[in-house]
Amino acid sequence: MATVTLDRPSTNAPQLRKDPKQGRRIVARVVLYAAMIVAAAAIMLPFFWMVTSSLKTNNQVFSVPIQWLPDPVVWGNYLDIWAKADMLNWVKNTLILSVSVTFLQVLTGSFAAYGFSKVRFPGRDVLFLTYVGTIAVPWQAYMIPQFIMLSKAGLSNTLWSILALQTFSAFGVFLMKQYYESIPEELSEAARIDGLSEYSIWRKIVLPLSGPAVATLTLLTFVNTWNDYLGPLIYLRDRDIWTIQIGLKSFVSQYNAEYALIMTGSVISVLPIALIFMLGQRYFVQGIATSGLKG
Amino acid sequence: MATTAVDVAAAPTPPPRRNSRRLTLRRTFIGWTFILPNFIGFAVLTLTPVVILFYLAFTSWNAFGQANWIGLENFQRLITDGTFHTALANTAYYAVMHIPLTLAASLGLALLLNHKMRGIAFFRTVAFFPYITSIVAIAVVWNMLFSPDSGPINQFLMALGIDNPPGWTTSATWSMPSIVLVSVWREMGYYMLLFLAGLQAIPRELYEAARVDGAHAIQRFWNVTVPSLRPTTFFVTVILTIQSFKILDLILVMTDGGPGTSTLVLAQYIYRKGFEENDFGYASAVAVVLFFICLALTVVQFLLNKRREV
Repeated sequence: MATVTLDRPSTNAPQLRKDPKQGRRIVARVVLYAAMIVAAAAIMLPFFWMVTSSLKTNNQVFSVPIQWLPDPVVWGNYLDIWAKADMLNWVKNTLILSVSVTFLQVLTGSFAAYGFSKVRFPGRDVLFLTYVGTIAVPWQAYMIPQFIMLSKAGLSNTLWSILALQTFSAFGVFLMKQYYESIPEELSEAARIDGLSEYSIWRKIVLPLSGPAVATLTLLTFVNTWNDYLGPLIYLRDRDIWTIQIGLKSFVSQYNAEYALIMTGSVISVLPIALIFMLGQRYFVQGIATSGLKG
Repeated sequence: MATTAVDVAAAPTPPPRRNSRRLTLRRTFIGWTFILPNFIGFAVLTLTPVVILFYLAFTSWNAFGQANWIGLENFQRLITDGTFHTALANTAYYAVMHIPLTLAASLGLALLLNHKMRGIAFFRTVAFFPYITSIVAIAVVWNMLFSPDSGPINQFLMALGIDNPPGWTTSATWSMPSIVLVSVWREMGYYMLLFLAGLQAIPRELYEAARVDGAHAIQRFWNVTVPSLRPTTFFVTVILTIQSFKILDLILVMTDGGPGTSTLVLAQYIYRKGFEENDFGYASAVAVVLFFICLALTVVQFLLNKRREV
């Protein structure tokens, strides 16, 4: 990271004239902070409204004028919802899916990325281009033939279908490969001279060094699977294998006047992701920033 | 950092000639073993459906019995299908609003948050947060905020003295702008991160040099920041374009294509024809159109980018 202040000798200003500059810098800081706080407040407002509404009674949600804070605080919503909706089961299904998809995606993705970035063989780059090329093909364009294939394979209406859909994304391979390229070739060369096989090099050297990329891919995959609405909507028909997203959607249609409870369900659907994100955000923000682009 | 002891004096000996073919074979084998586990899934679940799509588009099939080859009939139907034209126009309308607004919002945020200051990580996290929250929750919350009579947004507008605030998702005129507003709010944090990475890769010397030459802040932005960000902007625009043309989930939950057909987009038309009406052949023809739109736009963007670099 670059340092903030660089005293440039180029202006040849005498030492005395530093004061107004300092003053201007403080003003600039204050203006910046003010702008950031306004932007942050505007971005977070819907979430604030979601959380406060989940603690109100139904007729307070749309009261005129707006009631910003719940009074009284109705904690009961967070107890009622488990009885009214099959929340626990939906959360469980979504958790099973998210964890297994993430594990498989990171494993196969980082494994393939090693082949693409550290092993030289003919046809490798053409193959990788095929991968990257499909990033430009919207899933919505081939969801129908894919659905027909998985139905014929008997996987429709099972959790396996979502596992299959989400696990093999070209994006994961792409992200890991970008990161592997930044690991110096000398390291693997040295290990080869020491007699390590390529598989050991991946397991003992390259994988341990790629913490930020693994963390990023883990978080992104988990979040994507947790939040996926279209996949479960198309594939999962039985209520007992529903995920939180389609469960919540059906709950909203069923109890469309229970505004406070709908908000309670929404908060519950966002909460796990928010927690994971808070824990890993340092990696996350860095990882996306460094993996998405190279010149 | 892991340290591997390397004896610098012992330079690796060049491999003997006659082994080179065997070595290549061995390396190819090893490379494939790494790639294969992921590639099998990728080939079966992505490449194969794309190939099948181009067959289905020329058939008539209702998911029961056999698919009948009907040649170009599906595509002739597209030419006279008014709903398809509406979906195409709506998708273009969404993209034309969504792409520039998201670009501007994410670049603006990136410039604002590209300072080393106390608490900056918190603000970046806040900006990114909408992107990782569930579509259903977001759609439901915004639908309530947009509620025409007593929703918070219209209450606020009335308080400002606007007597007839828009009906948002309940009005055919305002429904698409409402969707665009929510999707810009949702996605800008992600593209902001990409822009931040681009901004941080700009060498400070360029700014220093510009300053020495007497360029003020706005000139520095136009003559240093904008040209240096070009690769980032290109990358972001390509991704944003594809994202815009495949928009579906947000619309399904917020408006379901309505009111009327005012927010019906291409991806939803595919969904409707396929999964709701079992008209799989025709839905595939619409999907082929979507496929080629995304492909063409990506290719054009790459060509324009190449020309600019020369």
